[in-house]
Amino acid sequence: MSSTTHDHAHEGHAPHKQSFVSRWLMSTNHKDIGTLYIVAAFCGAMVGGVLSMIMRLQLMYPHNGIITSGNTWNAIITAHGLIMIFWFVMPALIGGLGNWFVPIMIGAPDMAFPRLNNMSFWFLVAGFVFVMLGLFLGSGTGAGWTLYPPLDNAQYSPGVATDFSLFSIHLVGISSLLGAINFIATILNMRAPGLTMHKMPLFCWSILVTAFLLVLAIPVLAGAVTMLIMDRNFGTSFFEPAGGGDPVLFQHLFWFFGHPEVYIMILPAFGIISHVVSTFSKKPIFGYLGMVYAMVIIGFVGFVVWAHHMFVSAISTDSKVYFEVATLVIAVPTGIKVFSWIATMWGGSIEFKTPMLWAVGFIFLFVIGGATGVVLANASLDQELHNDYFLIAHFHYVLSMGAAFAIFAGFYFWIGKMSGHQYPEFWGKVHFWTFFLGVNLTFFPMHFLGLAGMPRRYPDYADAFAGWNYVSSVGAIISGLSTLVFFYVLYSVFTSKEKLADNYWGEGATTLEWAVPSPAPHHTFEDVPVIR
Amino acid sequence: MKRSIVSALGAACLLVLLGHVALAQTAAPDPTAAANSYVNAPFNWQMWFPVAGSPMQAQIDWLMQYVLWIMAGVVGFVAILLAYVLTRFRASRNPKPSQVTHNTLIEVVWIVVPVLLLAVIIIPSINLIYYEADDSNPYMTVTVTGHQWYWEYSYNSVPGLDYTSYMVPDDQLKPGELRRLSVDHPMVLPVGEKIKFVITSGDVLHGFYLPSLGVQKYAIPGTTLTSWTTITKPGTYFGQCNQICGLNHDAMPIEIKAVPLADYIAWTKTALATYTDNAAPPSSPMPRNQLADATR
Repeated sequence: MSSTTHDHAHEGHAPHKQSFVSRWLMSTNHKDIGTLYIVAAFCGAMVGGVLSMIMRLQLMYPHNGIITSGNTWNAIITAHGLIMIFWFVMPALIGGLGNWFVPIMIGAPDMAFPRLNNMSFWFLVAGFVFVMLGLFLGSGTGAGWTLYPPLDNAQYSPGVATDFSLFSIHLVGISSLLGAINFIATILNMRAPGLTMHKMPLFCWSILVTAFLLVLAIPVLAGAVTMLIMDRNFGTSFFEPAGGGDPVLFQHLFWFFGHPEVYIMILPAFGIISHVVSTFSKKPIFGYLGMVYAMVIIGFVGFVVWAHHMFVSAISTDSKVYFEVATLVIAVPTGIKVFSWIATMWGGSIEFKTPMLWAVGFIFLFVIGGATGVVLANASLDQELHNDYFLIAHFHYVLSMGAAFAIFAGFYFWIGKMSGHQYPEFWGKVHFWTFFLGVNLTFFPMHFLGLAGMPRRYPDYADAFAGWNYVSSVGAIISGLSTLVFFYVLYSVFTSKEKLADNYWGEGATTLEWAVPSPAPHHTFEDVPVIR
Repeated sequence: MKRSIVSALGAACLLVLLGHVALAQTAAPDPTAAANSYVNAPFNWQMWFPVAGSPMQAQIDWLMQYVLWIMAGVVGFVAILLAYVLTRFRASRNPKPSQVTHNTLIEVVWIVVPVLLLAVIIIPSINLIYYEADDSNPYMTVTVTGHQWYWEYSYNSVPGLDYTSYMVPDDQLKPGELRRLSVDHPMVLPVGEKIKFVITSGDVLHGFYLPSLGVQKYAIPGTTLTSWTTITKPGTYFGQCNQICGLNHDAMPIEIKAVPLADYIAWTKTALATYTDNAAPPSSPMPRNQLADATR
């Protein structure tokens, strides 16, 4: 990197005076939009988190009276699922950290389509308004985040709430789609001279693969949701058996989107973990090409395994065999990623800063979630485990401990670069250990509940399930308290006066964002960086 | 001395009590009484599957242990590897990092070994898929229809035997009944015979889920799915609706009374007489028993 980048950088801090409205409501700067996305994801996490606290308090004891109506309960579980996926994990990983760091890492001045970027953010906000209306209007949307008809058709879910929730999926879908197009155009066309695809940082690769998954999967969801809206409001019968339709068609369309969606949430996490592990081991990533193509293969195979969500629904026996085998194949590239992270640490000089704790926690807990994933992929076992708490435990191990741990790893890793101020190391570690304890205590007992046969989405349960539910709720309270520690971390960051060096992690941090000042200036590069 | 007198008295009382129960039973014979001898219900702090009530669940239990031990080995291996790396290569012990980024042999090994492990899992798993799907030559067939929020059981081999099964509301529980699991009219099935379930729905999706028998299928309107079971031992078995179906999703459990074949045949005769008024139109929009939110 030429030193001129630094000399001019200070002018870049405030290139021209922008009013608050012009800077934040009409932003075209990828860093400002990234910040907006992170703020939105924070709000989404708070709302989704409060909903999960309400759920765990209700489930703390059998016959509990916090939620008095099954409709309210169903509205809460639906909103929890939708908000955590579409308004927390995706905006945090893709819109937030992706927007902030992909252009910097590839040496681009900004995203390819800055105004499209802004539009994509405001569609997300509009969608959030609608999903909240879906939660609060009337008796709420109570079909679960999977939105299976006939429960959410006009007969069984009358009222506008469900229409609002369905429309919010359209809005957030457009937001993701525009964002994905933008990332693909940026990454394929705007890399700095010399930065070939096979030299590109893994986080950029993870966002590129994710963007392709979004472009291919979101339109299918949009089609399914459109058909549902038509069934509800315009008298069609795509999913109505009485009119020659089939509810199973919706399940196929939904999961053709829904399964790639789980990789949309976890691939950017893989990218972040690779950067953190490499930085704090002070080693380049082990088996870079294997890591890249493992992600490409996961993305590809992720599209041909959707019916493993339907093993006890209407699919034939031979299809079960195919979908089981195809699903298990994904364990191989995932194993490549895990072993490559460990091999990256092997021989390294490991420093246990907070981001590294989150990354190691991610690897271990993701392996547990992956192991139960291999169990659930067996169609023969899924006949027992489908939709019970074993499944809930599995997908919270890969999301609440996979994706969320990676988001925190990324936050602690890059907050200095984004804000110019470092987090307090001690409180970051306290946050990690309390959250680690809390989520494990919440979700590990759920394996036992599932094996004992407790179904999901129950506001009240047989007395025999009381013990582990109590433990799980205690864990949830610990995670909630841990979030207060995180608030304190945020407070410390934004009140800190400490100035940070460009590369505050030292020799292990080698990607382009560490060559620009902290915080990264408004215009990142005054000169085009050249990669050798 | 005193104690032995007390226990003798207690035993005498118990005998009298049992005699009364026996007398009561001879007065009004209950063909499903054999099912009360053994109750297969979830219990507090349970950490594993229910005791297998059918050969299918026994096989699922075996495969689960097989797969879970393999995966526990994988998780344990990764955990040990992580623990070793994190202690051996921490900055204080290894200040100078190596710069090795490739090792073809190990990269091949960590592809080939997982593939072999998967093959070892897939073979018995696929066999079990076909076993689970083989509903041929049943002794009898029960058509199960899910409704908001009760189950309807129609015995195909007993013309006219079609009745509904509601959860016992919390405030009407009798001693011995389990909250959120016991129903007013359980499904009665013979022990040792192959029973085929034809599962469908009258309104929204439901899930016909019997964990102790290894049976689970969606109930889908406009479609029938099939499953089967052979119950090995007389007793009471429980299940629950396992696909979100509206505001009383948690209030439509399944209870099965498994009895010897002769008792089952006797039951069908009494049931035909008892349940005729029960086969009332299943399309009634609200449950007969007041299952609404008041019970919560």
